[in-house]
Amino acid sequence: MKYETIIGLEIHAQLLTESKMFCSCSNKFGDKPNTNICPVCTGQPGVLPVTNRKAIELAIKTALALNCTIEPSSVFARKHYFYPDLPKNFQISQYELPLATKGYIEIEVDGKKRKIGITRVHLEEDAGKLVHVGAERIMGAEESLVDYNRTGTPLMEIVSEPDLRSPKEAAVYTQRLAELLRSLMVCDAKMEEGSLRCDANISIRPIGEAKFGTKTEVKNINSFKAIEKALISEEKRHLEVTEEGEKIIQETRFFDEQTETTTGMRSKEYAHDYRYFPEPDLVPIEPSTEWIEEIRQTIGELPQQKKERFITELKLSPETAQIMVADKQTGDFFEAVVKLHGQPVAAANWIVGDITAFLNEQKMSFNELALSPAQLAEILKMIDTGTLSNKLAKDVLFQVLKTGKQVKEVIEGAGLTQISDESELTKVIEEIIKNNPKQVEQFKSGKTAVLAFFVGQVMKATKGRANPQVLNALLKKALH
Amino acid sequence: MQIDIEHIARLARVALSPEEKKLFARQLSSILEFAANLQKVETNDIPPTAHAIPMKNVLREDKTIPCENVEEILANAPDEASHMFRVPKILE
Repeated sequence: MKYETIIGLEIHAQLLTESKMFCSCSNKFGDKPNTNICPVCTGQPGVLPVTNRKAIELAIKTALALNCTIEPSSVFARKHYFYPDLPKNFQISQYELPLATKGYIEIEVDGKKRKIGITRVHLEEDAGKLVHVGAERIMGAEESLVDYNRTGTPLMEIVSEPDLRSPKEAAVYTQRLAELLRSLMVCDAKMEEGSLRCDANISIRPIGEAKFGTKTEVKNINSFKAIEKALISEEKRHLEVTEEGEKIIQETRFFDEQTETTTGMRSKEYAHDYRYFPEPDLVPIEPSTEWIEEIRQTIGELPQQKKERFITELKLSPETAQIMVADKQTGDFFEAVVKLHGQPVAAANWIVGDITAFLNEQKMSFNELALSPAQLAEILKMIDTGTLSNKLAKDVLFQVLKTGKQVKEVIEGAGLTQISDESELTKVIEEIIKNNPKQVEQFKSGKTAVLAFFVGQVMKATKGRANPQVLNALLKKALH
Repeated sequence: MQIDIEHIARLARVALSPEEKKLFARQLSSILEFAANLQKVETNDIPPTAHAIPMKNVLREDKTIPCENVEEILANAPDEASHMFRVPKILE
């Protein structure tokens, strides 16, 4: 029998706000444990949460970019459960009445465009962070330490419809969503750091069958690469179990990136009973049309629209254009260079090539770059005018990236300027011609390819600083 | 009104003696019966409300204010290590 795979994703995104969701503690990552905590987020008696306006705006902005309907009234609810990372013993979330519903995002997989439905976008607060002592993770830990800095930080949940039909589609969907969130400056969307998290629901059904099969939920997917791997492994398990005539049990499964397999997490001794009820300390969110329109104005060009424009107007290849829209910083940097220098393909090649290689090597992100768009434009112009050869330009770029110095400063400091002075180059050329009579003979007998040998020798003697055009002209003249 | 007192006790993570189970089952049951009086109110034409007061969009600006009582909060931890709350084994 032939089966098809049904996948729906729940994506959690940490919002780029200054403060937490319902209190004024800092929403900063990496501070000393338990320094960004207060009576509100640690659930002390008698405190009153107040909603962060920016968090609402970022969620509405995202929902609009995902073509959602902003609900006229949405309500926060308490979701009750006990866990050490949840000091109040309930999480404030949205349940029956989410902020936004019924949207979609377009993805393209293997040349096929598909619309993936968005069920809902809602807001909630994050839980704290557990450090397990005596083991790598919770299984086998002797005890745990809790840091409540993350407790109460704003979290946006984006739930997709069960519209995804393959692990690859799920991976592409998450990539598109991540780049959208980055371009909207809503979330930095780094899965490895946990600012974007993904839980996947997966099931299979015979092709033609309308009813969904029993689903499992896969957790602990901690990188973009892991999404596809985790779902391929779980899809295979569903098929094997079904083919053997067994039944899939509805459960949560834990993905192990090392073994690339999923294992069932011990089911809780009792069924989930979250006892949701409206949070009595918070009033409904009812965004006015004016407010929504104001937020819509801040959205700007979306990544996939930008990609289209880069391909059609700036003549970038689809692959290069995709890299340019992966986050806002890269795209903005690229466009700024193009504005100053006017040659998109050249600018893109330098960004995709040497600059990206440098960033990967240093494990840095684009906004930590010491290079300004003006500096790259300056280097590119120097290549155009022949002041710098390509090779020298790379050296200069590398120095600027490493030291943050000005382009001119680097060039002067290292004596890197090109030698275009004819008399200076002629001296070098004459010396080389004198020392290589055999090659001169070859050239004169018609083997013009030997010219490259002379170019190489001059470059060696000048440490790559000879202006190629001037050198070529002088060499030809000298050899004839 | 029938109450599954053991389920409720489990959800609330409280251990009850047989006497307490009886007592609380009776008390909770009478509280629920009292509240059930509300079921008699005709609500067909009344829109559902999540809140008793007619307010909406109570929001604050996204500004940070450092908390003065961090150490006091941590001092309330049953146990502490490396400026973190120390909790017993979570999974058996």
